[in-house]
Amino acid sequence: MLDGLRTRLGGAFGGFAMAGKKNPWGGSNGSGGDDAPPGEKPSKGDGPRNPWLPGGGRKGGSSNIEEIFKNRGPEGPRRGGGSGGPNFRLPERPGGGSWLPVFVVIIAGLWILLSSVHFVQPGEQATVTRFGGKYVGTFNQGTNWSYPWPISMVQKDNVEAARIEEVPSKLILTGDQNLVDLSYSIRWNINNLSLFQFQLEEPVETVREAAETAMRSSVAEKTLDTVISGEGRADIQGNVQTRMQAILDQYGAGIQVLGVEVDKTDPPEKVIEAFNDVLAAQQDAERELNGARRYSQRLLAKAEGDAEQFNQIYSQYRLAPRVTRRRLYYETMEAVLSRTDKTIIDADGVTPYLPLTELQRSQSRSAPSTNSGGQ
Amino acid sequence: MLAIWDTYRLYIIIVGVLLALGASTLFVTSETKQAVIIRTGEPYEIVNMYDPDDPFGRTGAGFWFRIPVVDRVQMVERRVLDLDMDNEQVLTSDQQRLQVNAYARFRIIQPVTMIERAGDEGILNTQLARILRSVLRQELGRRTFASLLTAERGTAMTNIRNTLDTQARAYGAQIIDVRIKAAELPSGTPLDAAFNRMISERQEKAETIRAQGRKNAQIIRAEADAEAAATYASAYGKDPEFYDFYRAMESYRATFLSENAESTMVLDNDNDYFRQFKRQP
Repeated sequence: MLDGLRTRLGGAFGGFAMAGKKNPWGGSNGSGGDDAPPGEKPSKGDGPRNPWLPGGGRKGGSSNIEEIFKNRGPEGPRRGGGSGGPNFRLPERPGGGSWLPVFVVIIAGLWILLSSVHFVQPGEQATVTRFGGKYVGTFNQGTNWSYPWPISMVQKDNVEAARIEEVPSKLILTGDQNLVDLSYSIRWNINNLSLFQFQLEEPVETVREAAETAMRSSVAEKTLDTVISGEGRADIQGNVQTRMQAILDQYGAGIQVLGVEVDKTDPPEKVIEAFNDVLAAQQDAERELNGARRYSQRLLAKAEGDAEQFNQIYSQYRLAPRVTRRRLYYETMEAVLSRTDKTIIDADGVTPYLPLTELQRSQSRSAPSTNSGGQ
Repeated sequence: MLAIWDTYRLYIIIVGVLLALGASTLFVTSETKQAVIIRTGEPYEIVNMYDPDDPFGRTGAGFWFRIPVVDRVQMVERRVLDLDMDNEQVLTSDQQRLQVNAYARFRIIQPVTMIERAGDEGILNTQLARILRSVLRQELGRRTFASLLTAERGTAMTNIRNTLDTQARAYGAQIIDVRIKAAELPSGTPLDAAFNRMISERQEKAETIRAQGRKNAQIIRAEADAEAAATYASAYGKDPEFYDFYRAMESYRATFLSENAESTMVLDNDNDYFRQFKRQP
């Protein structure tokens, strides 16, 4: 009866038997002698690596081809006993019993110890599930004890550190139906680990999508100029954060949005030339104003100077009007007439002659090089 | 080893049998799954069915039993699932094209219905995506372009969510949220037109700034002119006759004494300058 059961269950036990063979200490099982674990193969026997070299110097080398193939056959050199081969036996305990149970107990003890103590690092938390099923609790940082694996399965995650999602620049419509090239990043972390792990299928993707929705609707409330000039930036960042958080809370994502940073707000590349021209126009206008101010300073200074000059003269003139007047007149005439060519004619209307001196002067000026030529 | 086998044969066999029995009758439902036990083709029981009132830890997750061979267990997602729809062109009521990216979040609340109507999550997703697309087009097609650009998009999103939810319930799913990620101008003519409009707006702005600059400059000059005139008038106004004389003298110097002036004067000897010259002593 038991034997029958044994043969029927043989298949089911195959797995355990195989596992036993992989155990380096479990090699004493006689049935496993045929194929040793693959990892030990190279160490066993000194089978030749080069097929054309016989024997690899094992027994001085035999040239008999039959001998070579016999050694190289599937069970040839492998069967020859190395030290770690299937014939390896554990040393016996003093009492004559096997060491095996001792090893098994030590390994099991280590297993239990290592899988039941959990060092949760600063900033981390861990969820504990029973056999990967029911959630039984959360570990905080420090040393935590659980049942050994697989009774308790522990999944650690960093809940404090900010995770950053960078959203590359995209064209976004503004409230006045213009487009702005905007890139931003989101900082978030986990505020409820069990929700984060169990609630959403794709929490990170959800963060990105919520961010995009929130960003586009926040930008759509602003005009292009407020977005680009940066005065609307703080507003947008605040709005996006509030909106995102509302969306994520609605899903019960267990995620907290720490902040939203708008990195770049530029006009689209195709129209950037026109935007730069506006800046140039501002410079032009400023230049124009500076020119006008320069003119006005010069003009006013001159007016004041002239007025002051006149006032000074006038105050002297008032003291002696006749003399001053004649003096000014003669000084001026003197200065003027001393520098000009003068022709004085009689009042009786004598026909004036041609100003020969003038002609001569202009001639010599127009052809100074011909002076030496005989004329 | 053989000795162990011989000694503990009975125990090993009993443990083995128990393990095999356990493996074939027990199964673990994770917190993220709902398990439907299908007994001979008939849905028989749901383990860890979604209930919003159960916090994690007090759900039905964990071990449950099944009859080997007779029962089949199908795991159905319990988490909030993604439904994405990218780049759908929508024609608004004012005949403008708009490219819409939307997403929905849903949850399977009746796994049995879901298995019967859809089969599995993949098929359900395809079905819902199709419904979402048509609902979206219908609803957005009734609105103007400008109204779709506003942040809340009026009642459009509520309507879409409700319509989609009604249809999704037939598949055992509940729509949690529908949102438009992006409503953009399609590339090509509409986008270029928008760019051109932006360019012309900027050109207008640039020209306005330049014109304003010129205007202000002109005003500054005019004000300076006026102020200078006032300064002159207040000084020269004290004695217009002397000013006339004084300015004439200055003017003679300026005209006749400038660097490149070459003047010839024809003077009448009646000139006042010659008064003393002509006097007979």
